[in-house]
Amino acid sequence: MAQEETFIRRLDEKEHEMAMTTENLKVFYGEKEALHSASLQFERYQITSLIGASGSGKSTFLRSLNRMNDTISTARVEGKILYRDLDINSNEIDVYEMRKHIGMVFQRPNPFSKSIYENITFALERHGVHDKKKLDEIVETTLKQASLWDQVKDDLNKSALALSGGQQQRLCIARAIAMKPDILLMDEPASALDPISTQNIEETMMNLKDNYTIIIVTHNMQQAARISDYTAFFHLGQVIEFNETRKIFTKPRVKLTDDYVSGHFG
Amino acid sequence: MKKAKTIDKIATGVIYVMATVIVLILASLLLYILGRGLQYVNWHFLTSKAESFSAGGGIGIQLFNSFFLLILSMIISIPIALGTAIYLSEYSSNGRIASLIRTSIEILSSLPSIVVGLFGFLIFVINFHIGFSILSGALTLTVFNLPLLIRSIEDALRSIPNSQREAGLALGLSKYETVIRVIIPDALPAIITGLILGAGRVFGEAAALIYTAGQSAPPVDFTNFNPMSITSPLNLMRPAETLAVHIWKVNSEGLIPDAVAVSAGASAVLILAVLLFNLASRYLGNFIYTKMTGNK
Amino acid sequence: MHDSIKESLTMRSTSAKREFRGKFLAMFCTTIIIILVLSLIGFIASKGITIFVSDKVNIIDFLTHSIWSADKTDSQGRPLLGALPMIMGSFSVTFLATIIATPFAIAAAVFMTEISPKLGKKVLQPVIELLVGIPSVVYGFIGVSVVIPFVRNTFGGSGFGILAGTFVLFVMILPTITSMSIDALKAVPRHYREAALAVGATRWQTISRVVLRAGAPGLFTAVVFGMARAFGEALAVQMVIGNAMLLPQNLVSPASTLTSVLTMNMGNTVMGTTANNALWSLALLLLLMSLLFNTVIKYIAKKGTLK
Repeated sequence: MAQEETFIRRLDEKEHEMAMTTENLKVFYGEKEALHSASLQFERYQITSLIGASGSGKSTFLRSLNRMNDTISTARVEGKILYRDLDINSNEIDVYEMRKHIGMVFQRPNPFSKSIYENITFALERHGVHDKKKLDEIVETTLKQASLWDQVKDDLNKSALALSGGQQQRLCIARAIAMKPDILLMDEPASALDPISTQNIEETMMNLKDNYTIIIVTHNMQQAARISDYTAFFHLGQVIEFNETRKIFTKPRVKLTDDYVSGHFG
Repeated sequence: MKKAKTIDKIATGVIYVMATVIVLILASLLLYILGRGLQYVNWHFLTSKAESFSAGGGIGIQLFNSFFLLILSMIISIPIALGTAIYLSEYSSNGRIASLIRTSIEILSSLPSIVVGLFGFLIFVINFHIGFSILSGALTLTVFNLPLLIRSIEDALRSIPNSQREAGLALGLSKYETVIRVIIPDALPAIITGLILGAGRVFGEAAALIYTAGQSAPPVDFTNFNPMSITSPLNLMRPAETLAVHIWKVNSEGLIPDAVAVSAGASAVLILAVLLFNLASRYLGNFIYTKMTGNK
Repeated sequence: MHDSIKESLTMRSTSAKREFRGKFLAMFCTTIIIILVLSLIGFIASKGITIFVSDKVNIIDFLTHSIWSADKTDSQGRPLLGALPMIMGSFSVTFLATIIATPFAIAAAVFMTEISPKLGKKVLQPVIELLVGIPSVVYGFIGVSVVIPFVRNTFGGSGFGILAGTFVLFVMILPTITSMSIDALKAVPRHYREAALAVGATRWQTISRVVLRAGAPGLFTAVVFGMARAFGEALAVQMVIGNAMLLPQNLVSPASTLTSVLTMNMGNTVMGTTANNALWSLALLLLLMSLLFNTVIKYIAKKGTLK
């Protein structure tokens, strides 16, 4: 395979505190190499966007970061994912414990067919939190953080499926941050939503930034430009360019990136 | 062109006639059974014990045996079916082991019920020395019932979108917890429909039972609740002819003078029970579904 | 600095333990199924081969001779065990019932999918579902009280025999073949029909030349399923077949099938005797036929997907 021209910005670990880094991360589906050796750094309390056309490997990369690819029997992930000085892509790591600290929000809202309240408390209870007062408090704070509290505070026992798509997605965000994760992975969280809901989700993310490291896959370049601090551009399973978002969109180093962000393809 | 149109009309007519014949067959079957049998069905018939050589016997014990066997075999088969269905839908990738399991289930489901009955006879009645008994019958019915239950539960589990599983996993829950706490509750309406359909089939089954639960119904004392006593209805070791077996027995031996009346009445009761199971599976599933999602 | 999260990541969480237990349970249940099937085949096979191993009965004789009398022996001292009457009986009722049921089943399926899906769904669908649900002893009872007198009055004889068995089995396998045929025709893509109708074919031409042809593998599977059910049906057939272990002379003379002989005689013979072991050979034959039907169905399915 011809090596594309790439520019990967290395962040100085003395100046920037890293929440997570990957080293030569490769993903195979059967024989097919869907992701070629991605080495990226994710700075703490920053938002990093992963952009690229569909099939570029950005979602594949994201799903490796909390080992969701484990559920696909043909998938194989090579390379290192460093989190708290541990390689979480190893058998020594307890994946269930790890996923409590690296949360995920999916493309389509997927609330449980339980009440709004239970959607947030369900996993907490399974993990051993049974104090009713504490649970109430978590429900309130997370729903407030996800800007949903005012709309649902009187209907907490209603089915989550009765909410609108945008509300469901914010409930899913609330559900994820109720676990108090370090890192929040978001896989095109607004792609199934209308513009107003999208705007709400973006505002929510900006608020969350103070406490969480966010990595978001998006196909919407304006969204990446609006909300993220860093951006990685994926093309055909390869990271072409990784840099501060401002630079990616104003002065890309690689021509392919320029073509993509200026809308010439994808 | 004209000829083709004529043929088209004739063919359509023939198909209409044949479809009507099928409907008529069912209608006349039901009318015959109910018309012939319901006149014999009364409280006495439903509750009194059967006679061996004289007229006027009822089906009380047989009716009880049918329900008891049904419940017992469901209690044994549901956990096994659930476990296997979970394995098939959630854990098995499409490898060799999965295909071995699938082939096993296909073989089991296609076996004639008399063969299942003879297997039960050989294993439970003879080898395990359980004898003709409720327990042998229930275990054999379990073998008979498992493939159908597994398939319907597996289908029900698979119909729940993958996004629900991902939601659970992403919160640090294990696959198993997600299945038990999220997927199964969502699949419950479909699972219950499958269970009731299976129950209807078990309720009418006779060939698997004649050499396992036995062909005799010794009198039981419905006030005796000591399961160790041989006259207690709850005793697992007593022979237990069921309603379906009774119909067969009465017809093929013909030792009682009112065999036709008894089997017509018993058939009517059996058909009504099956109709009831059929309706229940249709409405209960829907009912639970609207109850679960209806609190909007 | 102490990092408790880092520490917990390398320990086994409660969820991991639950997963281990749950997966173990699921695998345990699955193992039960496999053991069940293996032991079923194993036990019946080991009982079924006894007469060939210890009594030296010739397999060819077993399949082709027509005298079934375990207490009599031939010139070489082997028991007379010819299963041909039962084999003939089983195959006759199976084929005849299938031949009558198939046109009705396919007509019903065509009605449901091509002619009037609305009426089909409202009337025919529930009718088929109810017919599936009727227990086989009820069919047997109807056979005894309606079919037998009808055959006796129309064709003479006692009424018991292959014809009565055929009628009863026809109604019993009709819903099986129909519901699977409906699935087969439903699977034929919409655009096949549209293409045929667009070039001016009549509805019947479309059905007979396009839909039925495209759905043929599925229809064939449905028919084999029906045959398997007919071949294995025991009580309803036993009640109307007449239970005479003789080669059937005609369709209205008393006959027997593999299942009817098993049903009648398993309880009348003593475990371990030659007469009893011979019955287990019939059971094994029944089991092998069931496996054969299964294999045929799998073969059709494989060929169907290759296309």
